[in-house]
Amino acid sequence: MAVQTVAPAADSTTPDLGPAVALSCRECGARTPLGPSFACPECFGPLEIAYELPSGDPEALRKQIESGPTNIWRYAPLLPVPADVASHPGLNPGWTKLVKADNLAAELGITGGLHIKDDSGNPTHSFKDRVVAIAVQAARTFGFTTLSCSSTGNLAGAVGAAAARAGFRSCVFIPHDLEAGKVVMAAVYGGELVAIEGSYDDVNRFCSELIGDPVGEGWGFVNVNLRPYYAEGSKTLAYEICEQLGWRLPDQLVIPVASGSQLTKIDKGLKELIALGLVEDKPYKIFAAQATGCSPVAAAYKAGHDVVRPVKPDTIAKSLAIGNPADGPYVLDIARRTGGAVEDVSDAEVVDSIRLLARTEGIFAETAGGVTVGVLRKLLAKGLLDPAAETVVLNTGDGLKTLDAVAGTGPTATIRPTLASFREAGLA
Amino acid sequence: MSVNVRIPTILRTYTDGAAEVTAEGKTLAEVIDDLEANHTGIRARLLDDAGKLRRFVNVYVNDDDVRFADGLGTATPDGIGISIIPAVAGGC
Repeated sequence: MAVQTVAPAADSTTPDLGPAVALSCRECGARTPLGPSFACPECFGPLEIAYELPSGDPEALRKQIESGPTNIWRYAPLLPVPADVASHPGLNPGWTKLVKADNLAAELGITGGLHIKDDSGNPTHSFKDRVVAIAVQAARTFGFTTLSCSSTGNLAGAVGAAAARAGFRSCVFIPHDLEAGKVVMAAVYGGELVAIEGSYDDVNRFCSELIGDPVGEGWGFVNVNLRPYYAEGSKTLAYEICEQLGWRLPDQLVIPVASGSQLTKIDKGLKELIALGLVEDKPYKIFAAQATGCSPVAAAYKAGHDVVRPVKPDTIAKSLAIGNPADGPYVLDIARRTGGAVEDVSDAEVVDSIRLLARTEGIFAETAGGVTVGVLRKLLAKGLLDPAAETVVLNTGDGLKTLDAVAGTGPTATIRPTLASFREAGLA
Repeated sequence: MSVNVRIPTILRTYTDGAAEVTAEGKTLAEVIDDLEANHTGIRARLLDDAGKLRRFVNVYVNDDDVRFADGLGTATPDGIGISIIPAVAGGC
């Protein structure tokens, strides 16, 4: 593929990343300068972005956001990106539909209002475009020329596409046994795609070692050495949900958990909106959803543990198949703090829930969406989720990427092109 | 009982920049003791005050996560490779 040269930031010692001022360890609070770092040098804890967010009139900020572009860059004042971010070539994801799911609500007996945040509408059909867009800005700022990642599939496609648009080389790594749709989506953008003989956790480990090797110099691994920036992209889901509800917090959210990063950043985004006065403060509950075949966080939650014991994944929900979830302990904290829960569903329930969502709302979700809808049903059945409260469920990817999950779905009948044949098939 | 230990970037200040060092020990605990003897301060980065592996540190002995084996008691046969990796990578 043709690769353009990516110019480093003018002065790499003072990166212009908007309101971001430092990296802060979530465990011990130690601060380090903004840079391509992901683990605390003191305790190995995860680094996240520390901000100086806008102060002043919330109404003015709200109007500024509302007059912004119809993508995630409308929230640039709250993200680790330069103010002119929208002027750089990129996929400009976000502002996906918040679908009022009245049919599904009626089927499940939900009376308080049900919404599906349908992130299959992003440029590469998953929420990963959000996080990658932020990582691309960080990569540009730090002078990287190659974009890379460890991926369960969706991220590989998002990185390949973003690299193509923004003029980076890309080289992405996936487990060897992914769904065909995701492999094609990752390969078609012309970058290098490397399948690793092992699980996602093996791929992740490989990438972590590659960063410390001279081979990996100049490479921005979006979810490893750029992870603090990348992860912030998930905050935009929180911002959009609240803005699309009319600058209101929902009562309950059901969010899928792989590493747990998305859930923790949605919580962070909600708290920021409250702190900035953009939404009225009120309690909300966050529910985490996993597939039973890879449910280390749900297992820890149900056992009352604070520590997540890694597992070896075995589920069709491959986009959630992370057996050693980096943010698992924080998911436990948030579910318990907000009065939510962590639940899991079997692969059969995932498939049934994909069909339910498609049948009731016309939304074809990938397996991760089957997990969240399945967990929604299970939480209702267990009495853990209030049917009279307003609920938002995330669908993070497109069902076209995981067609195998609904294999067997096909024509009601195959007939000759005659009315008689149509009648014979019992369809008239 | 000499083993090869791959050192992540954030710990290379303790190994004079070396990405790989050798150490002695029949178990992971003994290997970490030997690392500390030669690279003072590194143990406190790997183990918490209770002497357990920090929760954001992953250690692999011969490509196997020691949390699936015997933790610090995991055997480290002569010539085997050990990798120390921050756990906060990956996923979303």
